[in-house]
Amino acid sequence: MRGMSKTTSENVICTFCASGCDDLEIRHDARDIDSARNGCAISISRFTSVKENRILKPLVRTRRTLRPTTYARAIDRAARILSKAKYPLLYGWSQTSCEAISKGVELAELVGGLIDNTTTSCHGPTILGLQDAGEATCTLGEVRHSADLIIYWGCNPIHSHPHHTTRFTIFSKGRFRKARKERRLIVVDVRRTDTAKLADRFIQVQPNRDYELLTALRTAVNGEELEQDSIAGVPREVIEELADMMVECEFGALFFGLGLTMTAGKHRNAEAALSLVRDLNYATKFVVIPMRGWFNVTGANEVSTWQTGYPFAVDLTQGYPRFNPGDTSAVDALARGEVDAALVVASDPVSHFPKAAVKHLLKIPIVTVEPKRTPTSEASEVVIPSAIIGIEATGTIYRIDGVPLEARKVIDPPAGVRPDVEILDAIIKRTKSLGVRR
Amino acid sequence: MSRIEVTVISGRSLSQAQSRERGKFSDEYARSVAVCELDPDDMNELGAMEGENVRVTTGFGQVIVRAAVSKQAPHRRIAFVPYGAWASMLFDASTHTSGMPTLKGLKAIIERAPEAKVATLQEITNMKAE
Repeated sequence: MRGMSKTTSENVICTFCASGCDDLEIRHDARDIDSARNGCAISISRFTSVKENRILKPLVRTRRTLRPTTYARAIDRAARILSKAKYPLLYGWSQTSCEAISKGVELAELVGGLIDNTTTSCHGPTILGLQDAGEATCTLGEVRHSADLIIYWGCNPIHSHPHHTTRFTIFSKGRFRKARKERRLIVVDVRRTDTAKLADRFIQVQPNRDYELLTALRTAVNGEELEQDSIAGVPREVIEELADMMVECEFGALFFGLGLTMTAGKHRNAEAALSLVRDLNYATKFVVIPMRGWFNVTGANEVSTWQTGYPFAVDLTQGYPRFNPGDTSAVDALARGEVDAALVVASDPVSHFPKAAVKHLLKIPIVTVEPKRTPTSEASEVVIPSAIIGIEATGTIYRIDGVPLEARKVIDPPAGVRPDVEILDAIIKRTKSLGVRR
Repeated sequence: MSRIEVTVISGRSLSQAQSRERGKFSDEYARSVAVCELDPDDMNELGAMEGENVRVTTGFGQVIVRAAVSKQAPHRRIAFVPYGAWASMLFDASTHTSGMPTLKGLKAIIERAPEAKVATLQEITNMKAE
């Protein structure tokens, strides 16, 4: 076929997790991907399954069934739903570009809504913790070159961020740490995970008791005596030995995951972890990087903060931003039955929110902007298909450590399918032309 | 024993993420996600066979999933259900003023349920609507 010559794109950035691996080689023509190399198993699946389960036409619900329509009609219906609503929720944002998120915040302000991103059910507690305790941090490159002690706490990167260990930590080749034997790995988890199997020391903490263990470690790091024989299932001598390993390293890096943010204590666990790292800096060099999940969840926080002053859970109904997680957060506002319409961009809350929140979500009109079919798209009033960032559209994303990257387009989206940023811009324009109540 | 008490946690698994990319309505996704990984000793105590269906019940909901022997053991009395619509039937929407629902660390009962069926994704969505 004409114009269908194969080519290999190098240094392609992966848009699955927030590790931002930028060494992929994608063999493709203008429309299809043949093969993906260098990526982890998830990345290869993401690139080679790009065409599967796609939404190809905008859909609007008429007489209880989703029926194909035009972009113009779908955008009109979306704008009408959002401008009619008293308290619309604009949710998702972690799997799209910063440019699209920026439009989302503008739309939330225009319609007087609540804008929240998936941070809320991920590392939201971490952000609350770092607002209290601060964050001694660095880029992943510095960890790769210099760190001689790595700690994974409540995270399992072999499953969630599969190339994190090879690109940035124990198996990476840095300038000053060249081999596995020059680094030590501590893993703290409730299960002996596949990551824990690689560790020099594995600490099995009892569930929901991380806060106690973190506090005990802080006590030991600060040279105080521990009075109990065992804390959170870990013997005192082991805690003291861990504290010594931390204090005696040259450059330590703590990566923590949802094992801290989703369990009892939530933001207090994050604050304890961040405070432990702060204390360690009196003795040595130590940094902390939360293991953010989706490829642009960090970008969602950045853009939301630039435009509203707050990283997530921002209520714009009063004409000025309010941030009060527990009140202005998606799950809470849904579970209390307060929101009366939802715009979901690149996310699937019907699958992933607890039942009590989903029950209300399924009662209100949902507009979904999403490349692939999900339970949320199936339950929507309006479904607008979008191009996949980093594969079919170019956009800015933020890596786990806050480094912005340009995730470039590799192939064309399916015929007629548009990028999120264009769709949101069109919804904004249509909403303005309808005349906004506020 | 026909039932055991556990702490249930949810999380990412490699197969959950891979099959999600192929499509949430695929059989492969349901096989990777509608599952409960148990410590081998807990599995023995429960008397469940690999692949047999079990009922997981918390104070907030219940769901039927397939039991599997954990490859990331030991973790006595901890059950792992990957992120997904099945796991989210079990969790507490209360966020304790953090915005974050409790998706890990809830008390749960696991019972053998060889006769019960694992719901499809569509059926789970309907259950959430009820």
